[in-house]
Formats: sequence, structure tokens, C-alpha cells
Amino acid sequence: MEAGTLTRWLVKPGDHVKRGDIVAVVQTEKADVDVEVFATGEIERIVVPEGQKVPVGTILAMLHVEGEAPAAAAPLPVPTAGAPPSPAPPPAAPAAPPAAPETRERLRVSPAARRRAQELGVDLSVVPATGPEGSITLDDVAKADAAGKPAGGVAPDRASAMRRAIAAAMSRSNREIPHYYLSCEIDMGTALEWLTAENAKRGVAERILPAVLLLKAVALAARDVPEMNGFWTDAGFRPSPSIHLGVAISLRSGGLVTPAIHDADRKPLPELMSALADLVARARAGSLRSSEVSDPTLTVTNLGDLGVEGVFGVIFPPQVALVGFGRIGDRPRVREGAVVPRPSVLASLAADHRASDGHRGGQFLVAIDALLQKPGSL
Amino acid sequence: MSSTAAPSEAGIRKAVVAALRKVAPEIDPTAIDPSKSLRDQTDLDSMDFLNFVIGLHASLGIDIPEADYPQLSSIDAITTYLRGRMRQIPAEA
Repeated sequence: MEAGTLTRWLVKPGDHVKRGDIVAVVQTEKADVDVEVFATGEIERIVVPEGQKVPVGTILAMLHVEGEAPAAAAPLPVPTAGAPPSPAPPPAAPAAPPAAPETRERLRVSPAARRRAQELGVDLSVVPATGPEGSITLDDVAKADAAGKPAGGVAPDRASAMRRAIAAAMSRSNREIPHYYLSCEIDMGTALEWLTAENAKRGVAERILPAVLLLKAVALAARDVPEMNGFWTDAGFRPSPSIHLGVAISLRSGGLVTPAIHDADRKPLPELMSALADLVARARAGSLRSSEVSDPTLTVTNLGDLGVEGVFGVIFPPQVALVGFGRIGDRPRVREGAVVPRPSVLASLAADHRASDGHRGGQFLVAIDALLQKPGSL
Repeated sequence: MSSTAAPSEAGIRKAVVAALRKVAPEIDPTAIDPSKSLRDQTDLDSMDFLNFVIGLHASLGIDIPEADYPQLSSIDAITTYLRGRMRQIPAEA
């Protein structure tokens, strides 16, 4: 959004307003937006008249803020682009409250439709309205509820709850965890040759993806460097005796989950492959088990399919490390004194400096590399 | 069981689109240009692609070797490839 049209003033000069009062309505490409006032005081002067289209950031009115000298008038900004709408929090919202939104969408909803939406857990802010004057009817809610349940889809209210959960976990991570980052380019030539030969023997449903080799190598390396596998607690680092690899899975409707593959270090490759396929399918269908969601001890994120070179991740607290992989592709590498094209992957580590130091982190990445050079023993 | 029982091009195309929709239900098949790269037009990762190939195997009985994946770039290319494979092995179980 770059501009909006001021369609209506709800206040006039001399009116007293409280912080949070709605003072005007601005029409944007996406929705009618109620403009909330950010401070308590008295409207001094209207700057933008009704019907005028103005760029984002334009001063709409002058406000005499309570307790300040009369000269100090503050502008009312046009709500900025992408300001989050504020749907009613779903009943099972995560603990973290959403950031105070600067704007909220104005919805016309019949009381019956609102009640029904609450019962069904439908987010009214995304329901297409067909009623009079753009209002949401009971029928619209029913349709949105049905449309919100396609195979592999996530209902909008769940998607927004997920967004908040991710926001809470990632904010906590960046606030509390002193991350350090390392990376290492790993030659994948041997591993891929081995895998190609292996897959040629397998039927289509039994084939193994390169990502599974990466997962197994991480799980085995975590045995050698246990400082990467476990949780940071009030009492300090608590290593985990089991290696439950969290796998970052993006959902088609947006958002991501990081369920665990239990005891990944002990699973042979074919079993790890079926576990991964099953986990991805169930994650996207929204049917994960609570244990999978709650207990990863170390997480792996693989964004290579998108074509990114590398990923430097944010650790999921209370875990203490996150391994990232970029695209597996041919890159120039020096072998026996000559530059040759070789498939490689950029492996990265984000680790918690409270639990480990760069030296151990380095040993961890080197161990992953060494394991991938002997794919037959994975 | 005779070689004349091979599905028509339209039938193959239908199976391709069905397999695609199964792995990526959000895809609108009418919005996809069949002559252009499928991966550029959809958000398929390698797991999705493998599931797509598994789906084709289930519906058409054709086992696609990994080495042939590069030939499966667009819906048109996939259809052509599958027709060729089905002529080679019309009676694969």
C-alpha cells in the first residue's frame, strides 16, 4: 500500500480524544482502515479533508497532546503499509499477545454471523463479504469455514495463531540467545554418486532424497558433539541423551512447523526417509502428534530447494543449535591441484554461545562433513 | 493387456494434473502454462516432486528412473515423456 483515501472524519477540531479512539476512516487497496489516535489530547486542526487521496505517512490532522504546551501539535499518520489487522484472538491462542496493531480493519458483521464465526473459529478479517454494504453474512461465514478446510490447508485462524507463535519464539530467541554462526562448504560428490547408485536399485516409492543423508549426518555428528543437542535451562545447558531432530517444514498456506524425527541417529536411511515423508505429509495436513511438536533437541532447516546458497537460522528456544543447508549444486572446487566442478552444499550452524563455543561448533560442522564423505556408513 | 490400451495424450495429461493437485492442492491447473517450467510456476520442493512421481507411478504404472527427472520440466514435457515410456513398455504391471 502506498496511498489511501481519507473517506470520513469522525472527529472535528476541539474534540477531546483518548489514545486508541478511532478518529477517521481511510480507504486502501485492501480494506477500509480505521485510524486510531496514538495519544490523548484535543484535535487542533484537520489537515487532510474528506475525499482526498494521500501518500502513506501524510499528516492527517494536528493533535494537541494532553500535558504539553499548546504549540506542540502532533501529526496523525496515515497507517503504514502492511499494518497487521487485529482479528479476535482465537480461543487457543499462544501465550504471547500480538503486537499492538496500529490499525484495524473495519468489519460489518451481523451478530449471528459473528457468533457463528466464533463457534467455528473462522477469522472474520479474511471472510469475503457478500452482504449489503459489504457486510459479512451468516452464509459468508459458512462458506469461509468450508473453504478453510481443503486438504493440506490451514484454517486462517490457525495460520494467524501460528504466526503469533513463531513471532513469540523467534523474538525470545533473538532476545535471549547469544547466537554465533559458522559455515562450511561440504563436497557432496561422493554422497550423491552413492545415492544415485542406491536409488537406481529402488522403486520410485523407496527412493531416498539427498536431504535424508544430510539429516542423518547431523544426527550422528550430534553424538560426537553433544553440546549441540539439548536444552538451555535456568540451571544451564542440559544435554539430551536422545537425538530428536526437528525438521523445519514450511506449510503451503504460510508459516512453518518444526516437528521432530525421534532418535534420528538410530534410524537407517530408508526408515529416516519414510519418517521424513510421513512427517512432511502430516505437518501439511495439520495432524502432528504433540510429542513431535514439543521435543526436538536440535533443528535442521533446509532451504536448498528454493535455490538459496545458505541459511543462517534463528535457534528455536530452548534448543541450543540450528543447522542450515542451502542448495546442493555444482560449484568450482579444487581437487588435486585443479579446479573442477563438484556438487557441494553450504552447511551452516547457528549455535547458542552460552552452551558452546565456536571451536566446538566448528568440530560439529567438520564431523557432518566427514560423515557425508562416507555415505555407505550413514 | 494389448499395446492399443495405452491411454490417450489427454488421459495422460489428466493423470499428470491429478498427481500434481494431490501434492499441491493449492495449485490452479488452469493457471499453469503447460509449456513452461513447472518448478518456476509452483512451489514444489524435492519431497513434493518425489511424491508427484510416486503419484504418476500409482496412476499410470510407469516407474520413472531418477536419471530421467531432468526430462520432467513442464506439463507438456512430462506428457510427452510418459507417452514415450508407455509405448516402450505398454504392459508394465
